[in-house]
Amino acid sequence: MSKSHITTTINGDVREFLCDPSDTLLSVLRDNLGLTGTKEGCGTGDCGACSVTVNGRLVCSCLVLGVEAEGAEIGTVEGIGSSDKLHVIQQKFLEHAALQCGICTPGLIVSTKALLEENPNPTEDEARYYLAGNLCRCTGYDKIIRAVLDSAETLRGAA
Amino acid sequence: MSEAQDYKYIGQRTIRPDGYDKVTGRANYAADLALPNMIWGKVLRSPHAHAKIKSIDTSAAEAHPDVFAVATHADIPNQRNPGALNILAKDKALYHGHAVAAVAARTEQAAEEALGLIKVDYEVLTPVMNLDDAMAPNAPLIHDQLFTNGLPEKPSKPSNVASRMEMSKGDIEAGFKEADIVIEREFRTPTVHQGYIEPHACTVRYDADGQSMIWCSTQGHFDVRGSTANMLNIEHSKLKVIASEIGGGFGGKTTVYIEPVAMILSRKSGRPVKIQMDRDEVFKGSGPASATRNKVKIGARKDGTITAMEAHLYYESGAFPGAAPLGPGCMTIFTPYDVENQYVEGFDVVVNKPKVAAYRAPGAPQSEFACEMVINELADELGIDPIDFRLKNAAKEDTQTLYGPKLKAVGLVECLEAAKSSPHYQSALEQGVGRGVAAGFWFNIGGVSSVIINMNPDGTGTVLEGSPDIGGSRASMQMMAAEELQLPIETFTTIIPDTAHLAHNDTTGGSRTTFATGMAVIEAAADVVRQFKERAAAVWNVTPEQVQWTDGVAINANGEDKMTAAEICANAGRTGGQITGRGNINARGAGPSFGVHIADIKVDRETGKADVVRYTAIQDAGKAIHPSYVEGQYQGGAAQGIGWSMNEEYIYNKDGLLENPGFLDYRIPLASDLPMIETIIVEVPNSFHPYGVRGVGETGIIPPLAACGTAVSKSIGIRMTELPLSPPRILKAIQEAS
Repeated sequence: MSKSHITTTINGDVREFLCDPSDTLLSVLRDNLGLTGTKEGCGTGDCGACSVTVNGRLVCSCLVLGVEAEGAEIGTVEGIGSSDKLHVIQQKFLEHAALQCGICTPGLIVSTKALLEENPNPTEDEARYYLAGNLCRCTGYDKIIRAVLDSAETLRGAA
Repeated sequence: MSEAQDYKYIGQRTIRPDGYDKVTGRANYAADLALPNMIWGKVLRSPHAHAKIKSIDTSAAEAHPDVFAVATHADIPNQRNPGALNILAKDKALYHGHAVAAVAARTEQAAEEALGLIKVDYEVLTPVMNLDDAMAPNAPLIHDQLFTNGLPEKPSKPSNVASRMEMSKGDIEAGFKEADIVIEREFRTPTVHQGYIEPHACTVRYDADGQSMIWCSTQGHFDVRGSTANMLNIEHSKLKVIASEIGGGFGGKTTVYIEPVAMILSRKSGRPVKIQMDRDEVFKGSGPASATRNKVKIGARKDGTITAMEAHLYYESGAFPGAAPLGPGCMTIFTPYDVENQYVEGFDVVVNKPKVAAYRAPGAPQSEFACEMVINELADELGIDPIDFRLKNAAKEDTQTLYGPKLKAVGLVECLEAAKSSPHYQSALEQGVGRGVAAGFWFNIGGVSSVIINMNPDGTGTVLEGSPDIGGSRASMQMMAAEELQLPIETFTTIIPDTAHLAHNDTTGGSRTTFATGMAVIEAAADVVRQFKERAAAVWNVTPEQVQWTDGVAINANGEDKMTAAEICANAGRTGGQITGRGNINARGAGPSFGVHIADIKVDRETGKADVVRYTAIQDAGKAIHPSYVEGQYQGGAAQGIGWSMNEEYIYNKDGLLENPGFLDYRIPLASDLPMIETIIVEVPNSFHPYGVRGVGETGIIPPLAACGTAVSKSIGIRMTELPLSPPRILKAIQEAS
């Protein structure tokens, strides 16, 4: 099976990789490119731990093929915030203790950013339904939703 | 409640020290490590629930050009290890998904391909999939030589009942005679999974001469070392286990599944091997919690005094005897009640399901569910408020437990009072909404913890502790070190080093970490204080007794001299060498944690769908070191308990094959399924801990089962007895009643 040569942009950096036609974007990110911030919880699009954006659209990277990244703009958790300054969402997750084990956190950060870009002022219900594709088994979501709503308020204030 | 004590650092809501890495994606979990020259392992799993393995032919897989090694049970060096039969099956496959063989190949895909080349000749046997079938006369036997333990005489025939246990106090017959009302009900709970989001994974390197290494996600890396070393006949000193960040455990990561397999493959291939389970394998091949059938009978007088409590508990153990948490199920069931006459009988029963593993307060949610449901029905029949009924009978200091000790100071009464006066309980119920209350009890444990605090030349300190951090415990360790040394929290960094850098630590479980490892941190910090005083005394030419450690500064009682930690540390090389504090303890006196939950649930009578519309969790923390993470434990426990009550269950077909091994069909609560979970932290100090800490991790999963069970029952006006209260079950109950 011959590999495909893919050129893509990840978090603003142009990246190239070789992959099998059957490789998922998730496995390419993790195993070929060393971007292990994106997590695998199920591999079937049910848990959201592998959430990334492709051309601005929120997707489960386990349901996208690596070859589909050709020419696309990919956004992962590694591209959120900078090394000296966390993104507001990341800071609010910490302040609200919105994580315990943290395995779902990268996916939730990516999804929350997508939510707030689409809807800067979500209601609690809107936040809960938008994030229903991101499973968390530790927190019961209470502190996550509070962090999301607080992030929204802070970002609105800054805008 | 106790008199308030002033603390400088504990009790604050600090930012957890490992938080930055976790919100930026830099934290490394089990599947995140790749080693040079690494190959991939995959496990072949039984497609049958119950089958004889007549032969395994691995020759075609071995001939695959990308395959480096193949393993079966015969490759396990220590064949006498009791866990080895679950690691790789020997003569029989005992459940759908039981590991049968494994391969290691150049790529994951090649490994997957090679699995398909392994030929296993199975003789399929009739599966035994539930308690009723397992205990039926002439049931197929899962183990030919399993004779029930705990009977007065050894039975003449083998069976699927592994053991029986019994506990009693007082006079149960007399107790029921005193009762004006007696209610007896039978309840069933399903097989459920811990549902951690991170699948099991490990990267392993066998090294014949030096030090073999395991990187894995575990609640107890010292136990991973112990189990794997024993199975492979490796000395502990030659096996280093590194605990990665752990993506949830809840008891399910207290044992080994793939680590010994990967080590065998690494030994055979001479290469590092990585195995990561997929979600399907996690559901099929790791240990869920016992399904149960529990009968409870309780008698009370008209004034609300409970006179007798009796239970008969049946717990599925999975395919291996003795795995069910039957002991805790029996011991916890009636502990919330100060009732003289109690009797509990329990049975551990094998079925063709995965070997049961610990799940948050193992054994307690199932048995206490049955008790609390009957308590609520009794309260209704007696016309007494369910919280008042519990208050009248509540366990308190000096209550004699069924399982042995008398209780020390506990917070059940305080939790009940807090529940009663809570905004939630005081709120009116909307039309169609049912409200349920339930209590929960969990012992908590102490155990062995080993901590080192290395003080650095600049006066900062590194806390080395051996309890993998599932829910934020590094923050609490840092805070306790700060409190004891009276130095700012940021002075300390908490690290969980590998097994080579600390003496043994028991596994993170039993809600022991903040209690027991916290005590070891406090002891190590006290050791540092002692040495600080010695060093200052040496400089001042006084005795250590003449030095006080106050607000993080050494003070010479005989004069004006002061010395900071930074000054002592900077000078340590000249006053006797660097300073290390040690706390190697076996912590006794874990204080039990009681909790009380309130659930409001509205059922859609057209579809049977039940929505939790309001929820409050109240629990005794003794002393909350980091209140946000204590609340997090209450909320997380509540959410798991709600899932257990409302939707989660293993669904098997008639052949014993698991039909829902994925998060789509095994549906854990989503953000859109839950309301905010209100919390109240009650603090009745545990006298055995310097700060009064009680473990808080587990109790929270116990009350939801009966709180939700009662709330649904009230919403639809039908007493429900079987979990989960999924839409089909509720709809059926409504239809049958109308």
